[in-house]
Amino acid sequence: MNRREKEQYLREYAVLKSKGKPFFPYVVAKDGGMVIVVIGTILTLSYLLGGTIASKADPTTTTWVPRPEWYYYFVFELLRVVKPSSITPLATVGIPTIALLLLLLLPFYDRSPERHPLRRPVATTAGVLTILAMAYLTWMGAEGGAPSSIDMKTPPSIVKEGGAQLALYEYGKEVIPSSGCLACHKIGENGNPGPGPNLTRIADRLPEAGIAQTLRNPTAPMPSFKNLPPQQFKAVVNYLSTLTKEHEEEK
Amino acid sequence: MLKLPSVPGATPPRPGTPAAEPKTKLDNAAEAATAALGWLDERTALSGTARFVMFRKVPKGTNWFYTLGTSTMFAFMSQVITGVILAMFYDPSPNRAYESMRYINNDVWAGQFVHGMHRWGATVMVIFIFLHMGRTFFFGAYKYPRELNWVIGVLLVLLVMIMAFTGYLLPWDQRAYWATAVGVNIFASAPIAGPYLGDFLRAGPDFGATTLSRFYSIHMLVLPGLIMGLIGAHLYLVIKHGTTAPPWVTAELDEELRSEEV
Repeated sequence: MNRREKEQYLREYAVLKSKGKPFFPYVVAKDGGMVIVVIGTILTLSYLLGGTIASKADPTTTTWVPRPEWYYYFVFELLRVVKPSSITPLATVGIPTIALLLLLLLPFYDRSPERHPLRRPVATTAGVLTILAMAYLTWMGAEGGAPSSIDMKTPPSIVKEGGAQLALYEYGKEVIPSSGCLACHKIGENGNPGPGPNLTRIADRLPEAGIAQTLRNPTAPMPSFKNLPPQQFKAVVNYLSTLTKEHEEEK
Repeated sequence: MLKLPSVPGATPPRPGTPAAEPKTKLDNAAEAATAALGWLDERTALSGTARFVMFRKVPKGTNWFYTLGTSTMFAFMSQVITGVILAMFYDPSPNRAYESMRYINNDVWAGQFVHGMHRWGATVMVIFIFLHMGRTFFFGAYKYPRELNWVIGVLLVLLVMIMAFTGYLLPWDQRAYWATAVGVNIFASAPIAGPYLGDFLRAGPDFGATTLSRFYSIHMLVLPGLIMGLIGAHLYLVIKHGTTAPPWVTAELDEELRSEEV
């Protein structure tokens, strides 16, 4: 806006203001009505849904699927949409940071004097698209739950082995879904396709020691599982190290 | 004898009420209130400001969309009050945090209700602050001369989101622990500053006891102070520049007024 446009706006605004109504009681009454709605909503939500708590935080039993509050679903979902782990930080930190900077600096790059939404097609379209994108990501994030069990047949070769090996395999199959792995990983048809890589054939890519190492010292944002009880940890590593192409095709 | 000029603004002596009507209790109360306000105004000179704020004009055509900012502020006030009540019972140490939350929920009178209000109040506040930002965006209200107020508003959105993030850990239940562990890992994965940010948030290499007290202090001391200060600045600028008129209301359309101007 140049100086003439600024002065024109101020003059026009002064005219509109002088024709307006006083803040008290007109605006106070309207705001008051809305405040009653707001406080009423909070009271109703608290009455209906309350402040529940889950079981106590326990770093050694990873029995909880890590999920943020719903208004962070869109960030969570970005993790899932952007697959390659090399650019994940770009998605989770980069996109929100850029969006924040674009918002913060909005009045400095949008300097046209026009204010009507229908006569600012670029701004209005960008705004509507941003809202739709966030709504879509939030909805996707709300949809994506994690299964509580792995629905896969035990490969015949492991069944044949029997004994301790089979027991450990079956135990691992129970521990993995209850440790929240499937919130971010896919094993066969189970679990979510991200943010983490697909684990269906993980043993082809990583040796057993490598799997254990990754569980202890994972790449962010995956939490470390080094505090799992040793027996459970062993079962998880064992189960994952059986996930090969060969075993998959056996079934 | 030296005659002093009359003190400007001094209350003129009240005209005597007719003797037939004795002073009622209401009259006495009104008189006492006037005297108290007079005393206050004599020392602060704020009555002019108060009058200006309360009776300033707001352009015609402002609608229900203009109540979203006030709504956000009252949701924040509700958060402050319920937060203060929760802080009376909450204990931010990892051994006691969860137990104190159970105590609030199960034993404190209306404890679970206040906890619920704080939890769902956060959701309501997030919704309203985004609606308020959307209104400002689509109405072009961030333009001259209100650019600075837009910047303050975006900072407030950011602070509210950080407030929600830090508060989510405090109940110290499984949901809180694992969601926040992953959240901190996401921050820590950022290039360059990420590892430092991660260490700062965790208060060390591991996510645990020190993290909880750090989040608590950020959640209930640092952020509320910043938010209150920025709300003050936000309101000051709103009053200084005035509430915007909706973009479809223009002064030029008013032919009568134009002829008056000429």
